[in-house]
Amino acid sequence: MAQLKQRSLVSITDFTKEDILQTLRLAEAFEKNPNQNILNGKLAATLFFEPSTRTRLSFETAISRLGGKIIGFSDPNNSSVSKGETLKDTIMMISNYADIIVMRHHIEGAARYASEVSKVPIINAGDGANQHPTQTLLDLYSIQKTQGTLDGLHITMVGDLKYGRTVHSLLQALSLFNTRFTFIAPPELQMPEEYKLHLKNLGLTYEEHTELAPNIKDSDIIYMTRVQRERFQDPMEYEKVKNVYILHNKMLDQTKDNVKILHPLPRINEISTDVDNNPKAYYFEQARNGVYARMAVICMALGLE
Amino acid sequence: MNNKPQLKVSAIKNGTVIDHIPASALFKVIKILNLNQCKQQITFGTNLDSNRLGKKAIIKISERFFKEDEVNRIALIAPLAKFNLIKDFAVVEKQSVNVPDEIKGIVKCANPKCITNHEDVLTSFKVIDKESVRLQCKYCEKITEQEQLEMK
Repeated sequence: MAQLKQRSLVSITDFTKEDILQTLRLAEAFEKNPNQNILNGKLAATLFFEPSTRTRLSFETAISRLGGKIIGFSDPNNSSVSKGETLKDTIMMISNYADIIVMRHHIEGAARYASEVSKVPIINAGDGANQHPTQTLLDLYSIQKTQGTLDGLHITMVGDLKYGRTVHSLLQALSLFNTRFTFIAPPELQMPEEYKLHLKNLGLTYEEHTELAPNIKDSDIIYMTRVQRERFQDPMEYEKVKNVYILHNKMLDQTKDNVKILHPLPRINEISTDVDNNPKAYYFEQARNGVYARMAVICMALGLE
Repeated sequence: MNNKPQLKVSAIKNGTVIDHIPASALFKVIKILNLNQCKQQITFGTNLDSNRLGKKAIIKISERFFKEDEVNRIALIAPLAKFNLIKDFAVVEKQSVNVPDEIKGIVKCANPKCITNHEDVLTSFKVIDKESVRLQCKYCEKITEQEQLEMK
């Protein structure tokens, strides 16, 4: 593999359309042949300042399948962070040891700052409510894999569109691909104006609805997210909408044959378990795609393309 | 009876007149420019009628001139402000405030969860709207609106 320039991946907006397509091509190649020795002799640090077992295991699987070794921590209470060490010092020290750093932090912007002080590339595995770019890339990979393209699709996003970082990053990325959007959310959790303005400026169309069942018939992708009780100031408002955004198997009867249901997981009750055996359900395969997308991102970051 | 129109804020001989300050930003401007520490004579008026701003404020400072970086600090809360240099009661130079494309330091990020509010990091913003002053933090990517502006 050719050694190109090393680069951090902090935000999905760091990637051009061509970068995204290149990552997806690499992910596809890794899916065909997952056990490769590309990271032989390389050391990756996985620094989880905020615990996230699912994301950490996905990254560690990706690194291990590529033949790399792993150091790091999964809980900041077991590291010098608990003694009050600054993020800067932790990153400066670890970047002396590892060839690449994968980090999750509850503070927003932590990964961007780390990428400025680190000598090695940083991959952002989530910084608070801000960015989680490898989630976006695995979502894009899942969409492309199931639909055969990213261009001109009708994507329906459901649930908490106000606070959900996954839907915001996915919207930013899909806006490069002439996407038509439908947003289905309770009035309290609508897609923020800044994202709608972004679509308008690009000449892309979107619809907004508050009801789920009648508005999914024409979708290619239904991207579900959870409506969380703690997002509502008025508990009565939550009670009113909590059952409106649950997807049941019966609702899928009228949908297109090619539609796939995605969800960043963990799911609580927003997708009824009777959907799981429907061929339109794709959320577990989506999680598996995360390993291939992360293998691709790690290689891109290390300049191994 | 004297019907002669009068200046609402009396004229100065030499110094700077800062005009077209939004009335709501007056006291922030005073604080940012450290005018409360200033020994020279200062007069100001606020809630004056303005076609452009609705209500505006004006500050007249005798024997005091401002450097470009000080002018920039004002730009963030009073982007339409004008600095008029006064020599011998006449305006000799009008200086428009230019909002830069990028702002480093000066302002705090309005997002309490931003890394710049937790570690010693110089703030850095992309100015995404110069007219209404909307800043996007380089780190947390959140928008700081004009009314949320707080100086570092």
